[in-house]
Amino acid sequence: MKYIIKQLSIFAENKPGRLAAIAEVLESEDINILAFSIAEASGFGVVRALVSDPERAHQKLTDLGYVVSSTDVIGVRMRDEPGGLKEIAKILGDADINIEYAYAYSGRPAAVLILRVDQVEDAIKALLDGGGQLLERSELD
Amino acid sequence: MEEMSRADLEALQFKLLKTLVYRLYSFSDFYSARMKMAKVHPDDIRSLDDISKLPFMYKKDLRDNYPDKMFIGNQEDLVRYHVSSGTTGKPTVVGYTQRDLDNWSTSVARGLTSIGLGRRDVIQVSYGYGLFTGGLGLHYGAERIGATVVPASVGNTERQIELIQDLRVTAVACTPSYMVHMSEVAQKMGVDIQRDTRLRTAILGAEPWSEEMRTRIQENTGIKAYDIYGTSELSGPLFTECTEQNGIHIWGDLAFVEVIDPDTGERLGPGEKGELVITMLQKEALPMIRYRIGDITSYHDEECPCGRCHTRISRITGRVDDMLIIRGINVFPSQVEYSLMSIPELGEHFQIVVDRKGALDTMLVRVELKSTAFSDKLDDLIRLKGKVVHVLKNDLNVAVDVELVSPGTLTRFEGKAKRVLDRRQI
Repeated sequence: MKYIIKQLSIFAENKPGRLAAIAEVLESEDINILAFSIAEASGFGVVRALVSDPERAHQKLTDLGYVVSSTDVIGVRMRDEPGGLKEIAKILGDADINIEYAYAYSGRPAAVLILRVDQVEDAIKALLDGGGQLLERSELD
Repeated sequence: MEEMSRADLEALQFKLLKTLVYRLYSFSDFYSARMKMAKVHPDDIRSLDDISKLPFMYKKDLRDNYPDKMFIGNQEDLVRYHVSSGTTGKPTVVGYTQRDLDNWSTSVARGLTSIGLGRRDVIQVSYGYGLFTGGLGLHYGAERIGATVVPASVGNTERQIELIQDLRVTAVACTPSYMVHMSEVAQKMGVDIQRDTRLRTAILGAEPWSEEMRTRIQENTGIKAYDIYGTSELSGPLFTECTEQNGIHIWGDLAFVEVIDPDTGERLGPGEKGELVITMLQKEALPMIRYRIGDITSYHDEECPCGRCHTRISRITGRVDDMLIIRGINVFPSQVEYSLMSIPELGEHFQIVVDRKGALDTMLVRVELKSTAFSDKLDDLIRLKGKVVHVLKNDLNVAVDVELVSPGTLTRFEGKAKRVLDRRQI
């Protein structure tokens, strides 16, 4: 499924320098970070990132002792103007698909919403049927 | 009894020891087996010094015989249980007959009398009530001397200080760190203990403290602070200092004191520092004979200026093992390990960080997450952390903080692991 994107999730203690250390690993491997978010709970967090070479990044971080997991997410292009997010969210809402978490970046030619949903395949279908433009995995390379 | 001469006391101790050994040999499967293994028969005990022929008892024995296999007699003769956390897995259970409770109360009562307390006193017991022996031990001892008891238990410090004021409390029994905490809270409330309360005596124990801490408490509050000693296996808090404040009197009709070299098991002389070994001479339900508590101290036999000839022990200066005392509760790192290992999502490396915030102990357990246990979901991690907190609190009877860390983060040790970082200055 070309629309399923592998997102890296990395466990990190909430301490100064942890994000820098992770980013440095990716830099040294010449892996680009296309989007990322940090989810935080008391004392620890999860760094989630879309990177240019998820398999290699996963391997490298694991080798260095990081706790990493891969998660299937989808990326949807949004119009970068008022109402852009609503269009996408409405499609999913109407299809009764729950968003577990999401983060977005605003860039050219469009803003992109990264979505983790409970039913990935159904969400892809609903979005395509609803006229949504999905990011292809190959676009990250 | 309190003012018995040394010779009379030793004659009584020998008589009680003989009776105890015969009783154990006849009725305790556990101890008679151990005596046979050591090739010692009750008839071999011909003097008080012969006690050293008898085999030791350890905390491990109580765990191995959980819950009550070391008890003597029938369940219908028991009137109470107390339970404390163990070294691994199972807790330690102590049973009491009515006479055991009477002797325990008598011991505490004598101690309270020896520090000048009596019927006119109002004693606030700020040790925990419940499975822990501190609260009920002090409670019944204080009632025994006819004092008025305020069974405040622990926590809700502002209310405790109000009670001290309103009920004209003259003495408080708690851990030394809680005493410091209470005096700090009193200060914040604008209560001057000397001016606004009648509190003049504190009976402090259940955790190690120093002479410096005593000086600080006494100078800051104007209260005279006395050390109390005991452990649940022996009944609970049992023995205190007298007004001289120079050693804890161990009532000779109830307990026989030895101090040994922890490595060789050899008995040491007066004033020599070693591991405390106690024989409870009159305990019925759970007799403890040559019990190695693990505390380090020395003993003194000469008569105290107060006129009592019972053996005294000095302030406890440490442990022979790695047992921690957190807010008065004993915690074994081995138990922490055992509890953590019961949770499959955790790795095998952990660290215990003990600190003191203000006057109160804090315990943080840092534990490595297992890579396979990690999902992308924050909820799962929060739930896991909550589970670890719950399991530890349940097994240790003390609240702990938990930090989940990445595998490989904690220091690895070659040989004996140093899992405890104790930052407290006592």
